[in-house]
Amino acid sequence: MNEWLQDSVFFGLFLSLFAYWIGVKIKARFKWTILNPLLIAIVLCVICLVAGDISYETFDQGAQYLSYLLTPATVCLALPMYRQMKVLKENWLPVLVGVLSGCAVTLGLVLACGWFLKMEQTLTVSLLPKSITTAIAIGVTEELNGISAVTVAAVIITGIMGAVTAGGVFRLFRIEEPVAQGLACGTAAHAIGTTKALELGEIQGAMSSLAIVASGLVTVFAAPALASWIF
Amino acid sequence: MKYVFQMMIIGGITFVGELLHVWLPLPVPASVYGMMLLFLCLCLKIIKEEQIRETADFLLLIMPVLFIGPGVGIIDNYTSISDAILPFIITVFVTTVIVMAVTGLVAQAIIRRTKGGKAHE
Repeated sequence: MNEWLQDSVFFGLFLSLFAYWIGVKIKARFKWTILNPLLIAIVLCVICLVAGDISYETFDQGAQYLSYLLTPATVCLALPMYRQMKVLKENWLPVLVGVLSGCAVTLGLVLACGWFLKMEQTLTVSLLPKSITTAIAIGVTEELNGISAVTVAAVIITGIMGAVTAGGVFRLFRIEEPVAQGLACGTAAHAIGTTKALELGEIQGAMSSLAIVASGLVTVFAAPALASWIF
Repeated sequence: MKYVFQMMIIGGITFVGELLHVWLPLPVPASVYGMMLLFLCLCLKIIKEEQIRETADFLLLIMPVLFIGPGVGIIDNYTSISDAILPFIITVFVTTVIVMAVTGLVAQAIIRRTKGGKAHE
């Protein structure tokens, strides 16, 4: 099927939107948090590509136009932050301590998992920046001589897992404060977690956006320092 | 025309973010420079909320859709993780859930302590 579609610009765009629309319908019908529309859309697209023997390049010709909007959309995260300025000022201490502890736990756990699961060092360092936004994560991986492709996959899977599990984690650990929920989403699961946070409320969205910036900055400096100390 | 103007402002900020990314030797992506710049402009009232509101809210609303392409792209990178798929998945899952719980619990403990302190005053 690849031959007919490889010159199509709108196939990937349509398939992405169609799969997401189905995802939203399924979510509305069953209401389980595991049925995240983004997760459903990605799985459906992958099934279509594999079943139809269509290459990712063919799909991406159309889908890339949606991804182009990621940068301006991330820029717009400043708006919920600005609207929640008062909450932000009042909560500088939980933001600071929450994000710092989140980053420390990420780095520590990745190293611990690497040791317990006997992972190769290049794999472990590629996973260190998994909780920060893709563009920063790639920079960190390159500095640590990791593999960018592994980092990109880890960042995206982390984001989706974060968005899918957030509801359950908050219920299980009784995390009810909107500020705490937002910080947790952004620190653990960057921009994809932030889309979930925005769904929960504007305070959550604002805190999650702030956490993307803060955890990104902390990890940029902490990950290389830690890696050079350990390895 | 409203949407053209709003898209122009957002596009302009994003463009300046890209320039900063090229000029400054820091590992900060264009989107994060842009976000900080837009936040600053909003705080200093250089840009008013009304000048970007509808378009910005629209972009934020459709943001999950924008991640479909990169998500599907994992199939292209699959060979780089297929050798160690199990440790990879375990690490990603365990850290994501635990980090989310720890960050949330730490932040919540501090918030509730400050709130409790204020109530006693």
